[in-house]
Amino acid sequence: MKILKLSSRGAMALVLAASLTIPAWSQTTSSAYAIKGGKVFTLAGPAIENGTVIIRDGKIAAVGANIAIPSDAQVIDATGLEVYPGMFDPITQIGLNEVSAVNATVDVSELGDYNPELVAATAVNPASAHIPVTRANGITSVIAVPGSTSLDLQSGGLIAGQASAFNLAGWTMDEMQINRSVAMVINWPSIQTATFDFASFSVKEKPYADVKKEYDKSVNTLSDWLDRARHYAQAKEKGSPTLYERDLKLEALVPVVERKLPVLVIADQERDIRNAVEFCTKQNLKMILGSGAEAWKVKDLLKDKKIPLVLAPTNRLPEQEDTPYDKPYTEPSELFAAGIPFAFSSFGTAFSRRLPQYAGTAVAYGLPHDEALKAVMLNAAQIFGLADQLGSLEPGKLANIIVTNGDPLELQTQVRYLFIKGQLTSTDNKHRDLYEQYRKRPQPAH
Amino acid sequence: MKRKILCTAAMLVALAPIATRAQNPGTILIQNATVLTVTHGNIEHGSILIRDGKIAAVGADLKAPEGATVIDATGQFVMPGIIDCHSHIAVDGSVNEAGPAVSSMANIADVLNPDDIDIYRDLAGGVTAANILHGSANPIGGQTVVIKLRWGKPASELPFQGALPGIKFALGENPKHSNFPTPPGVTPRYPATRLGVEEVIRQAFIEAREYKKQWDDYNQRKSAGAQNLIPPRRDVRLDPLVEVLEGKRYVHAHCYRADEILMLIRVANEFGFKVRTFQHVLEGYKIADEIAASGAGGSTFSDWWAYKMEAFDAIPYNAALMTERGVITSVNSDDAQEARQLNQEAAKSMKFGGLSANDALKLITLNPAIQLGIEARAGSIDVGKDADLAIYNHDPLSVYAVVEKTLIDGQVYFDRQRDIAQRSTLATEKQSLLDKEKKAAEEKKAEQKKTEENSEKKPDKKPGQKKKPPQDGSNNGSGNVNIANGAAGGAR
Repeated sequence: MKILKLSSRGAMALVLAASLTIPAWSQTTSSAYAIKGGKVFTLAGPAIENGTVIIRDGKIAAVGANIAIPSDAQVIDATGLEVYPGMFDPITQIGLNEVSAVNATVDVSELGDYNPELVAATAVNPASAHIPVTRANGITSVIAVPGSTSLDLQSGGLIAGQASAFNLAGWTMDEMQINRSVAMVINWPSIQTATFDFASFSVKEKPYADVKKEYDKSVNTLSDWLDRARHYAQAKEKGSPTLYERDLKLEALVPVVERKLPVLVIADQERDIRNAVEFCTKQNLKMILGSGAEAWKVKDLLKDKKIPLVLAPTNRLPEQEDTPYDKPYTEPSELFAAGIPFAFSSFGTAFSRRLPQYAGTAVAYGLPHDEALKAVMLNAAQIFGLADQLGSLEPGKLANIIVTNGDPLELQTQVRYLFIKGQLTSTDNKHRDLYEQYRKRPQPAH
Repeated sequence: MKRKILCTAAMLVALAPIATRAQNPGTILIQNATVLTVTHGNIEHGSILIRDGKIAAVGADLKAPEGATVIDATGQFVMPGIIDCHSHIAVDGSVNEAGPAVSSMANIADVLNPDDIDIYRDLAGGVTAANILHGSANPIGGQTVVIKLRWGKPASELPFQGALPGIKFALGENPKHSNFPTPPGVTPRYPATRLGVEEVIRQAFIEAREYKKQWDDYNQRKSAGAQNLIPPRRDVRLDPLVEVLEGKRYVHAHCYRADEILMLIRVANEFGFKVRTFQHVLEGYKIADEIAASGAGGSTFSDWWAYKMEAFDAIPYNAALMTERGVITSVNSDDAQEARQLNQEAAKSMKFGGLSANDALKLITLNPAIQLGIEARAGSIDVGKDADLAIYNHDPLSVYAVVEKTLIDGQVYFDRQRDIAQRSTLATEKQSLLDKEKKAAEEKKAEQKKTEENSEKKPDKKPGQKKKPPQDGSNNGSGNVNIANGAAGGAR
């Protein structure tokens, strides 16, 4: 745990110097790099002092202490620096949400409650200003999640669509995409008797019996969709296209009922999580819990059912008035102690760059530092079945790498070099551009 | 039944202040700490002597006077209590009187809620004082109040004595109601453009100036001995604006874009008043020289952006750049959670824009104190100031820092170890209350059943009339769950 002592102005100068070698708008196109001299945190074993990472054709070719540097490799001197896998933010709206309050720039929530055929990747805008801003803070890949309701005002729908994983650099989504469909998103219907009504800007109370009735109806409809998907799969398998016309919604649900595609179920309250787990167990779905503000109340259940968790931002208020004030901060260490796999996430767009901060806060309240690193770099890749490509510095994986001047979870740490898919990538972004522009503004004449 | 549930919730809330109620401390010595004074450097192995709620001495070699309570802070960091220049905690109900475009008659000080749990939570984040603001629905909003986070004290003891009252102004998308559609059938409210926002403010000050003149004339003639004068009619909407004109009330103006900030500076110059702080001021970096020249402060977010159009040019370098150009700058929360991590938010200005550690600390201590006019009493660790302090286990500009204790007026209002120690007692007490409620619900259910059985025996019941199902959830097969939810979560 180190507190940065380096003069920040000096750091800034170094960053600018480093970025001069990279075109402001893009990535380089060299096929081989060697990052040498840094302390290498592979997350697949102990840290390597004075280690070397060889990158070739977008992938990690070798990692170790005494590795020969290929003659064609461009060498990055990381002496005094630290080398990590890039961070991975698994629940975001990046690319789907540019300016939250401006509908024309938001493609998060489609109309209707059941939209399994919709795929986030379709509408991810590769030119989004959020992409360079986010990667400058060391986040190299994200998952865009449709219908995620945590941080926006839209309803989201019950089956909101498919989430897509991608790297935060590239000219088109085809170049950026890691996996077009990593999970089917379900916003679990919550039994809430008091809800905030935006039309009247006040809290509206509903009788429990009414809310429960609505809830039962939603769950029955969800079951019905899954049953129909099973029948559809059977019919398709038996080869009777005359009996079944192609149905995009049912077709999209087939991998779900066949357990090939996990469901990412967003739920927070203890009762909702229990209901969701019971439902997914009964339906034999591969469940990932998303958000889980009260996951600490159901640790045994999650452990027993082997359900991983993408945790709501650590820096949030406790769920209830009498919940310990620090519960959101201590929850990650409790989950770790209970052996529940979890990853940190921003659940946002503009706050995706806060990902390391959320992990750092958890460390302050008891989570081991190396576990916190895994929970922003490796765990999400494992949870979403992408660990063969992402999450650690091992040969064969995508070369998504950050080179920092210190602990990546600490607030003042700068990312000095950024590799995405093996290309040295600019950390320039809209914010730094505006800063440089207005910093140079002459004193106005009075 | 419902009333009972609410009582239970209220009782649970009431437990915390008992647990943490501060005792009159007399003399306290905090010793062996790294003291971050903010005004005169950091003192390693430093001590702070507190007497009668004030800082009596600060230094490296202070001895505990006889009878003093000693707080050993070995390895810990003491900084001035955090001052949040933009908060909406401790407000009972809505923060917006959103009907009229000028709501200067409404006063947040009238609706302070000392039982808001967010007071305790923010206290646990090292915050000792906060500027409690009206919302941003109107070009001229309601009156505001600076409080100390004296958790457990009644509302009357929350205000920061001697702090000037304020008034909230708001420019841009919120007062012109851009982001919340007007419900069908409702006439949209003027203003709907930034042009109209300026007009509303100018018009209000024309009225205020006229009204002030009437009173000035009246007072002048009265003091000259004139008889049988009729005083002007009191206007509670214009009174606060007259106070603004007289420099007795601070203007805290919510704003985003550079153009609207310059607009308000022009209007203020026209009427001869000063804007005390520009709040949010996310494009402040574009016109930092103009803001500095106007004498206004800037109170901003660390790294919020893109949540609405006027926040699309927001940059995390804003605090550093405004500071560089001479604007007294603070970083605020506008949010009960963000307030718990203001130390982290301030630290970001070192990464984005290269502020020194001390300048970063100033963003949440001395600078907001200056902006609120309380710098003689708070904002740094100096002899004579109120002993409002936050004690961390680490450098507070590190993400790994945890607040151990928070003191206000020399009293320990938050103590992490005490909080942790009392959790099992609270849990036991909650369980016993829940058990009691469950039992009461079961008894009620039994009684209801009995009554229903009796009524069914009556022969005059109309055929086909159905029983009305109970609406309180006690007969839905999961009644206990509902009750538990009501007791624990019903108050939120």
